[in-house]
Amino acid sequence: MSVEFCGLRLAHPVINGSGTFDAIAARRAFGDALAEAFPFSAYVSKTITLEPRAGNPPPRLWETAAGMINSIGLPNKGLAAYLAEDLPALAGLRADPAGSADGERAAVPVITNVMGSSGEELARLVEACDEPEAIAAIELNVSCPNVKTGLDIGADPAQLQSVVAGLRGRTAKPLIVKLTPNAADVPACAQAAQDGGADAVSLINTLRAMALAPGAGPARPWLGGGTGGLSGPAIRPAALAQVAAVAARVAVPVVGMGGVQSAAHARDLLDVGATLVAVGTESFRDPRAGARIAAGLQ
Amino acid sequence: MSGPTDGAPFGRRLARVAANERLGAYNVLRVADPAMTGVLPGQFAMLAAAERWGGGEDERPFLARAFSVARQSGEESSYVLEDVGPGTRRLCELRAGDEVWVLGPLGRPFAAPEPDAAGMRRAILVGGGVGIAPLAILQDSLGADATTVLLGFRDRERVPGAELLRGAELATDDGSAGHRGLVTELLERELVADAHAAVYSCGPAGMLEGVRAICERAGVPAQLALEAGMACGFGACFGCVVPRRGGGYLRVCVDGPVIDAAELEHVEAHAGAPE
Repeated sequence: MSVEFCGLRLAHPVINGSGTFDAIAARRAFGDALAEAFPFSAYVSKTITLEPRAGNPPPRLWETAAGMINSIGLPNKGLAAYLAEDLPALAGLRADPAGSADGERAAVPVITNVMGSSGEELARLVEACDEPEAIAAIELNVSCPNVKTGLDIGADPAQLQSVVAGLRGRTAKPLIVKLTPNAADVPACAQAAQDGGADAVSLINTLRAMALAPGAGPARPWLGGGTGGLSGPAIRPAALAQVAAVAARVAVPVVGMGGVQSAAHARDLLDVGATLVAVGTESFRDPRAGARIAAGLQ
Repeated sequence: MSGPTDGAPFGRRLARVAANERLGAYNVLRVADPAMTGVLPGQFAMLAAAERWGGGEDERPFLARAFSVARQSGEESSYVLEDVGPGTRRLCELRAGDEVWVLGPLGRPFAAPEPDAAGMRRAILVGGGVGIAPLAILQDSLGADATTVLLGFRDRERVPGAELLRGAELATDDGSAGHRGLVTELLERELVADAHAAVYSCGPAGMLEGVRAICERAGVPAQLALEAGMACGFGACFGCVVPRRGGGYLRVCVDGPVIDAAELEHVEAHAGAPE
């Protein structure tokens, strides 16, 4: 079942959540089979920032009941190195034909996810992503709960609308706003993104969460970043509720995600109004999960 | 022991448990898995039981667990398990005929010792506890005659792990076998006697830090197989990092698990989710 999303023709409706699949590292681990049978119909990059970031100090992971908390801290090589080194390496990915109705190995467009700590930084990122042909769409991270800057922009509808409006004129490419679930009124934020000129919204990002270091003694956070984001099947019902509420509120297409492990879970998100479904944590357990789920949707 | 491979088969696969045998406090899990043929010493796999993976302590495990391959005999891979949490506990329960999900072989292997002007360096294998696993397959590859093996264990219940390697000299915390004390003390003695060596090591972080510091002082190259809690094993989650000398982080899964000691300022205590 091929699908149209913001003017892009995709082999199937299953993509990856930003920061949950490193296509370049995976190609090193799995060889060319990865590029020739890519599990997703579009590839969403890890969040790119203007300057390189090392990420948070370890520990970065905690396993929970039916899920995990991560506090990764957006490590990335920065905009210039991403454009010069990573973007060319992402060319030539072909979608696993198991996921598409006609068995075609469709090209996999690249969606670049960016985060800036101000409207000015975001403007520079969006303008830089507007140029390369290899970038099909831009996703704005206004929701990462690991970094102080992202949270504020995305959690306040008025601020979000003004930031998106300030970026809208800087690119003709589709602009996707990745909403934060850690907001009082998520549908209002989605509406604000749409009113600011977003072509689509994606949700949910991870839910802010915490774990304490095991053992005796005073309470101490386990994660090096203090708090982190909860993902996996534990958040699936919360994701379904937020995606349904947002899809009922806005006219732009919605990318739904949160704890999807099977085609049935993906179908639930599509049934409440999502156009695409993203898979994240399940890919950690099964790197071909995206293609498996897409095949199950046929 | 060669360069990069064509890569692991893309996707996890179901494999059948051939045997799961006690070895003192450890289990040796043997898995019939033709796809692992060609694994290089130091590489690892992500394992998860096909059934009842979840529903243990704290409703875990959820993620697969990373294990170094301890031995590859034809189409059968061996892994060394120690029950330290809900994931390892469930894997220890598996019996012959049960199914297990396997993803691998993954990660950067040990590199063979390179001859220098003075000839071939002697390979010294230094292992601690469950960290003996990758040293067994390394000894298979280098040959028992070419290796000096030093292994450390906490107590009598763990000493049987030494049976996985040949000709090992032991150190134990409780003095129940071999030298009473640290295996790193044996390493210092070896390097004083003959420093024309290359060290290969795997074990707890404290031991690895000792090995790293001793080798640095002695000017001996060392390759350390690190352990870290990881969600994926193939570079996707960025969860398994260790600090790199000079700044930034290395991902244990794709930049390691075998990392040249020169790339590390120091080895930090286990930084990952409990297993």
